Formats: sequence, structure tokens, C-alpha cells
Amino acid sequence: MIDLARIRADFPILGETIRGKPLVFLDSAASAQKPRPVIQAMVHAMEHQYANIHRGLHWMSERTTEAYEEARDAVAALINANDRHEIIFTGNSTGAINLLAHSYGRGVMKPGQAVVISEMEHHSNIVPWQMLRDAHGIELRIAPITDAGELDLAAFEALLADGKVGLVAITHMSNVLGSYTPAERICTIAHAYGAKVMFDGSQAIVHRRIDVQALGADFYCFTGHKLYGPTGIGVLWGRRELLDAMPPFMGGGDMISSVSFEASKWAEVPHKFEAGTPAIIEGIGLKAAIDYVQAVGYDAIAAHEAALTDHALARLGNVEGLTILGRAQDRGGVISFTLAGAHPHDVATLLDRQGIAVRAGHHCAEPLMRRLGVDSTARASFGIYTTAGEIDTLADTLGKIREFFT
Amino acid sequence: MFDDVRDLYNKTILERGRKPLHMRALAAFDVTAKGDNPMCGDRVEVWVKLAESGVIAETGYKARGCEISVVSADLMVEAVAGHSPAATKALFSSFRQMVETGICADCDEALQPLSAVHKYKSRIKCATLPWHALIAALDGTTASVSSEGGST
Repeated sequence: MIDLARIRADFPILGETIRGKPLVFLDSAASAQKPRPVIQAMVHAMEHQYANIHRGLHWMSERTTEAYEEARDAVAALINANDRHEIIFTGNSTGAINLLAHSYGRGVMKPGQAVVISEMEHHSNIVPWQMLRDAHGIELRIAPITDAGELDLAAFEALLADGKVGLVAITHMSNVLGSYTPAERICTIAHAYGAKVMFDGSQAIVHRRIDVQALGADFYCFTGHKLYGPTGIGVLWGRRELLDAMPPFMGGGDMISSVSFEASKWAEVPHKFEAGTPAIIEGIGLKAAIDYVQAVGYDAIAAHEAALTDHALARLGNVEGLTILGRAQDRGGVISFTLAGAHPHDVATLLDRQGIAVRAGHHCAEPLMRRLGVDSTARASFGIYTTAGEIDTLADTLGKIREFFT
Repeated sequence: MFDDVRDLYNKTILERGRKPLHMRALAAFDVTAKGDNPMCGDRVEVWVKLAESGVIAETGYKARGCEISVVSADLMVEAVAGHSPAATKALFSSFRQMVETGICADCDEALQPLSAVHKYKSRIKCATLPWHALIAALDGTTASVSSEGGST
């Protein structure tokens, strides 16, 4: 069991009021709030221990380099990477996927090969592959989902049958439906047909312990700001031999071993993929966020959120006129819904007046919206700090919004 | 519970939202254009029939979006009837001032139900989207127009 009162006390923003009403923050899937240790670690770095890293010969640079590289160790431990050099820092998940689409897609894959994505991807795991398709002659294949909002595994396997697929790039948890994808089975199937697998773990890693080796993944990416860390830092993990075979993405300082006007030699991984001064303060903040999550513990987080999700599905399911999208067996604390007679934006505005923050719109997943036959939805998403009482407030208020518009 | 939003969601807005009076495509029209706010997903298509004098004889629209964008389109149809393109642009200019600041010196009475939009900053673009599409139609703009991205 998690000590919810203690956790909530760690997040200063949860004490804020919105127009005199307590903030009910149900938009963590867009970006999570930050606990005090993250805020303090970043402030402390800037006040006491900051210089550029990997190049200075002075005390401040050495100490800052150490703190930043501790973040790499923390990420490696978080996802059980085999080797700390397999952790590449990026700006966010989008940056990680673009890096992969460029360095693996153009650098390793050959024209005529294919990439498989699913119908329930965020735009960030669609558009980079379309750009690769158009620039490099790579076919883009779309794995369908079932009406329940789960990956259709038989159809997925059929897409791989001709052996042309070089890479499967797929979400580990839908940011709209909350459905998890069966990661181990995806890897087993993909590997049987010679394809590598990248998971977009932006949502999943917030709610579940991720062991990239146990999953059998080849690449895994996530972003810091959804994991209670700062914006501006994300992670691409890849198996060492795959990363070694990939050319760099961006050129610049920090990613070379030597430069002359005739030619430059690339640094070893991960630095080969980390051109320029990185997000130093944000790296230090990400380490504090990982430490925070690890201290609470994924078992406790998963149990808390499973109970919350069950409670929310039951309470929201009882609101007249409310339809929950997707009914996946394996799902987490992200729930999209529509309310008959009220557009999601109007729902969001009325909820906001009660201090309740939800997301409304297409959630950067327009193809999925079309698949579901809706233009937009409202979405409530939960974090480590969400309470059952907040979900009750949401459900009660939605019932009243329904009355307001009818 | 929602007394504090009755300024935005007033009687006219709620009634028109439930039952818009002018939402229809025109079979015969002179100019047309589309408005698209990709960040929020609202879309509107506008058709205009012009009189021989050049003034707006009839406007039709189809909208997919929130109450504010749909009702704004519906009220717009009434407000611009009989207006020349120049007068329509002037009306949009004062309407935009109203939804951005709440002040409207010479606004059409028919647009007053939207006067509280200025208190809801994220909703201003909803109210202006159909107007952008209408002006684009009158200007002969073929590309889809938007009220997102900083400019409302």
C-alpha cells in the first residue's frame, strides 16, 4: 500500500486551488506533476553544482558530469539495461523515435524493407516513420486493433509473414485507450520473422516496472516529464550491438572522437548519439524522479493504480450518457470517454470551472480517433498521487454536466 | 453548480448548440472555404451565395466541433446576411475585438451571446474559426485556414 497522504504532500502543486476549488489534476498522461525532490535536485544543481559536462577539467565540471552520468545509471537500473552505454539521452520520446527512424531507419534498413506500427499510436510514432517511408523507400504497415482496443495479434503476425519487416515500432500503452500491448508476444513474433522491436513506453513506464531484457525488446523509449521528472529529457535504450551499427543522428560537439576538415570519427555509444551540450539540469532532475518512483516502488504504484482504474471504470460507467472507449483486458489509468449531447471541449471547460483538469481533443492520435469513429474525446488520466475521491468528484461533476447540456 | 459559466453557456448558446438553425451545405454557391483547427480537431466548411450587387445573399456551413464554434458559425450566418465583403471583414474585426477583450463598440446584436468568450482564453479560437473560413471564402483562398497558433 502506498501512503497517499505522504505522496500528495510531496507534490507542492497539489495544494493549489483553481478559482477557490482544490485542483483535481487528471491530466497526468499529458505531463505529470513534479515531486519536491525533483524540484530541489534541479535547484540545488543550479545553485551549488553546475558547469558544462564531459569537457571541463575543473571541480565544478567534474562534479556536474558525475551527477549527470548518475542519471544514466539510474535509467539503466530502472529498465534493467545490460549496459549503461545503451542509455541515450534525447529531448523526449519524439526525439528518441526520430533518432531511431534516422539512424536505424536510414542507416541500417534498406529500401524495400518495411516498418510496422499500430493503429493506436501517438503522432510521434507515426510521422517519423512516414518521413522515413517517403525519404528512404521504406514501406509503412499498420497493425490493426480490435474493437476492444487491443492489438490484433493474428493480423499483426500476418503483416510480418513476408519477412520484409525490419522494425516494429509500437506503443507499450495507448495514451488514449490505456490498453497495454502484449510486449513479450510482440517480440517473440517479430523476432521469428527477423524484425527488431521498439516500444514507445511514454505511458507504460509511468505505471509498470519495465525490464527491457525480460520483454525481449530491441529498443525502448520514454520521456522524463510523464515520469514525474522535468521536460526536455527523454531516453532511447537500444541493444549495444544495434546501437554500435547505427550511424549518428546529429553531428556536433560531444559526439566525436576526432575532427579534421577531411573527416571526423564518431565517439562510442552513447555519446555518438548525444551531439551538443545536453539537458544537464534536466538529467539531474530525471535521476531524482527515478529515485522517487523507485522509493515508492512499482508494486505499490501498480496496485494503487489498478484499484483506481477499477473504481473509475465503475463510477464513470454509471454516468448517464457516458461512453468509455476501449475495453481492453490489460489496461491502466488512462480513460477516454464521450458524453452524449456535450462536445469534449465543452465538457473540459465545465470541468475546469470546478477545478478538474482533463484533456480533450484528439490526443495526438487522429488515426485512432477515426478508427474509433469519434472526432475527439475527453480523457482522464491518473498518477501516483490520484485519489479515489478525485474520481468520485469527476464522476459526480460529469453527471451534472450531462444535465446542464440536456 | 455551473452558475459561473452561464455567461459563456447562456440560453442562446445552449439552445443553438442543441439545435443550430443554419447548419446546411448550399447546393448553389459562389465561393466556399474550409477552416481547420488541427490541434483541437474543430473543422468548419462555409458556402456563400452572393447577390448581383456583391453582397452576401446566403451563407451555409457544416461544422464539426464544440458548442462555441458551432454556435458562432450559426450566429455568423445571420449577422453577415446582406453585408458586402468589406463590411463582413469590418464586422469580423469588431467581433474579434469582442471575443478577445469583451469590448465591442459596433458589434451586431446577434453576436452578443458570444461576448463572454474573452474570459475563456482557450476558447477564443473556437469562436473565430468559422469567421476565418468565411473571410477565406470571400477572398478566394483555397487552402484550409486556421485560428490556432497564436493568431485568433
